[in-house]
Amino acid sequence: MTAQALIGKILFYILVFIIVVVSVFPFYYAIVTSFASGSQLFQINYWPPSLDLTNYNTVLFARNFPRSVLNSLFIATTTVVFALFLAVTASYALARVRFRGRGLLLVTILAVSMFPQIAVLAGLYELVRFLGLYNTPWAMILSYTIFTLPFTVWVLTTFMRDLPIEIEEAAIVDGATPWVIITQVFLPLLWPALVTTGLLAFIGAWNEFLFALTFTIQETQRTVPVAIALLSGASVQEIPWGPIMAASVVVTVPLVVLVLIFQRKIVAGLTAGGVKG
Amino acid sequence: MTTTSLEHGKDRGASLQQQRARAAFWFLAPMLVALFCVAAWPLLRTIYFSFTNTSLDNLYGGHLIGFGNYLRWRTMPSGAVRYYGTLVDPDWWNAVWNTVRFAIVSVSFETVLGMIVALVLNAEFKGRGLVRAAILIPWAIPTIVSAKMWAWMLNDQYGIINDLAVKLHLLDHKLAWTASTDTAMIAVLIVDIWKTTPFMALLCLAGLQMIPRDIYEATKIDGINPIRVFFKVTLPLVRPALMVAVIFRMLDALRIFDLVYVLTPNSSATKTMSVISRENMFDFAHFAYGAAQSTLLFTMLAIFVLLFVWIGKVDLTGETNR
Amino acid sequence: MANIVLKNVKKSYGAVDVIKGIDLEIKSGEFMVFVGPSGCGKSTLLRLISGLEQITAGDLVFDGERVNNVIPSKRGIAMVFQSYALYPHMKVYDNMAFGMKLAKSSKEEMDARVRKAAEMLQISHLLDRLPKQLSGGQRQRVAIGRAIVRDPRVFLFDEPLSNLDAALRVATRLEIAKLHHDMEDVTMIYVTHDQVEAMTLADRICVLRDGKVEQVGTPSELYDHPNSVFVAGFIGSPKMNFLTGEFAKAQNCATLGVRSEHLQIVPDGQGMWNGKVVHAEDLGSDHFLFVDVGSDEPLIVRLAGKLDTKLGARVGVQPLEGQMHRFGPDDRPLA
Repeated sequence: MTAQALIGKILFYILVFIIVVVSVFPFYYAIVTSFASGSQLFQINYWPPSLDLTNYNTVLFARNFPRSVLNSLFIATTTVVFALFLAVTASYALARVRFRGRGLLLVTILAVSMFPQIAVLAGLYELVRFLGLYNTPWAMILSYTIFTLPFTVWVLTTFMRDLPIEIEEAAIVDGATPWVIITQVFLPLLWPALVTTGLLAFIGAWNEFLFALTFTIQETQRTVPVAIALLSGASVQEIPWGPIMAASVVVTVPLVVLVLIFQRKIVAGLTAGGVKG
Repeated sequence: MTTTSLEHGKDRGASLQQQRARAAFWFLAPMLVALFCVAAWPLLRTIYFSFTNTSLDNLYGGHLIGFGNYLRWRTMPSGAVRYYGTLVDPDWWNAVWNTVRFAIVSVSFETVLGMIVALVLNAEFKGRGLVRAAILIPWAIPTIVSAKMWAWMLNDQYGIINDLAVKLHLLDHKLAWTASTDTAMIAVLIVDIWKTTPFMALLCLAGLQMIPRDIYEATKIDGINPIRVFFKVTLPLVRPALMVAVIFRMLDALRIFDLVYVLTPNSSATKTMSVISRENMFDFAHFAYGAAQSTLLFTMLAIFVLLFVWIGKVDLTGETNR
Repeated sequence: MANIVLKNVKKSYGAVDVIKGIDLEIKSGEFMVFVGPSGCGKSTLLRLISGLEQITAGDLVFDGERVNNVIPSKRGIAMVFQSYALYPHMKVYDNMAFGMKLAKSSKEEMDARVRKAAEMLQISHLLDRLPKQLSGGQRQRVAIGRAIVRDPRVFLFDEPLSNLDAALRVATRLEIAKLHHDMEDVTMIYVTHDQVEAMTLADRICVLRDGKVEQVGTPSELYDHPNSVFVAGFIGSPKMNFLTGEFAKAQNCATLGVRSEHLQIVPDGQGMWNGKVVHAEDLGSDHFLFVDVGSDEPLIVRLAGKLDTKLGARVGVQPLEGQMHRFGPDDRPLA
């Protein structure tokens, strides 16, 4: 190996090292902080100073935080199930049936997924109030449809397009109606896509902040992001960093684990929604 | 909805195409109804509210006042004309400026850094899977959690960033990153770039991987400098995919709310359009005024997209790729 | 079982006419092959008959009943696709039974028919496997089996052999020919771009060109009496020799065609045409000589036995009596 190639290689690995450290360090530091007890918080620690679980105790038992986790789980799950249910049939129509205005419809759906959510906030607030959903999980389930539904439709449409056309035609010759084609022929082939899309939509719903902040008033109705954002200490000035970090770690670890398990599928789903589309 | 069909009166039953078109209609209807309820209708109501004097505690008590929330004027007894409304509100224009500045800077950095990370991931080396897993972590962390994590790391007294910077002599004293008006925007940008670069990197990587390997081999045989290859071969080939990614990120950046709201609360240096209009609607009880501001934001984004699609001839649907 | 009549059938996509008015009758129990170069509309025509595509104008009649608007599953057809199109998540058995399951047939009848078809194709031992565990040839058998189970009155094949390798292609071709004999009353329509498949399988061949029927007839009718230059050139391998210009004028026609086996080699100067041997191909059983007689392309002469002529030798070429095809300026045969 020439000296130049060696230097190139070393520089390359330095770059790789920087990318990894920058990506991982903030989360690592949150974990370090979450294990720090009261006074340890105010020294700078690069390693966990202790395995103190006080912060976790504070978050998990003393406050409404567990309730928020349940709220978020319920809201995100319901939203995803609802969106997938509507999206599977809609994306079949968009991917497989030729009709006039299909292109326009696709663009419209894409446009909705790009909506600035603030633009519908006033109208949605009125709707939520009108339907009596204010300060209930259903307000979020309703409003999250605005981004989960277009996203799932879009991604599933791109996946559905790639299914071989002859399989569908064979099913038609066998006497399958569109409904049978979706449920008995395509769904079994689309499971990976459904898992990916569902997971991505779940993450989106789990992380949403603007609607959750606006449509809840009681602490017991909050979702996780709102709960963490509004977590306050004994006095207004004192920010409870330890519990906040503990809460952050609690809600993030499952997500990170899920993302790492499904990383290949997630990358495929993200790019299906982005590059191909 | 059907494609061409020449129907004869004597035919009974529906052809395959008619059956499919009818099924397509019923498959699409629930989704369209749902989208109408959560998107089209609320949007129309927001626009309607922006032309009224509706207040938060009495949503049905307002009446139409025309463009008053946008711009109105009164002639003083002295003869001088005083203007009111969002369009002459310095706070609003400050928010517009903050948003645009944030969007341009963050998306530029994310694109360049994302491309660098993608090029790294596109090379073959030991531990590539590990690096890809690592860059997914920032993306997987909820925005609010990232905001809080970084708020702590950027803490003026006990933050690790200040500590590191001072130890490495990059700074001579600790900064109040999120509180000071000079650095608040930088703090927001750092967190957003950290969080979103992975997403850009993945999109760039997907674009890079669509380039056939033998093109690179051909350039290697021809002995072309790698940097030249990047600008002359790689970049033109990934440009279409990159453009779409940039537009999407741009739209995302222009509507930013949560990060700013949590990381730098009430800082005029970072307040964006979304933040200020929500603040007017729900915190200051200027409901209709806030609705006018969010309508303006929507209009700006719509014009931006239309211009892009029109000028860039960007095919967003992917229909023609087929 | 089914007699199929097409009356002025047309298909267009927007402004593009793909099928430009086809009149054709396919008799009950006949093996009809649609053949033609790519883009001639043969696959589209098959899809119009299957009902997967809608006919733009004209009538499609099965046994006296107009079926233009009848959905595919109600037409009594079965189709074998180029890519096999097996349901990847279903076992072979379920693949074959799917149609009957949807038609809500009784379990006993379904089981009996699947097992009978499997036996016929010798795939009984594969019934519990998934398609991905099968070889290409086995998959195509399953696809054929699935079609048999449907007990169709019309069997449609859309280039079923083109994804198979050469050896398998011949074997499967035999299989299909056998199927046709075993299912005497089932009408079969077969699409291919390969004229050898067409010649070996067909009762009658329909040559298509640019969305129109060029000629319909038995393989030997098409071979011996092509009614256009196009058909003459398309049917037969190697391609028929064509001579134009002065060569054709000498025979009072615009184009003169002679098949390679209808040419003889005679001593130089004694042939109707004379020239140099520029290339030779020895196939063992017989061989081809390429003789440059001054026409656009060298004449191909097919001779039995081993190659014994030297490259570069000058020879005469003489056509057999009554085996020349003379075509007029409109490319149609002259009487």
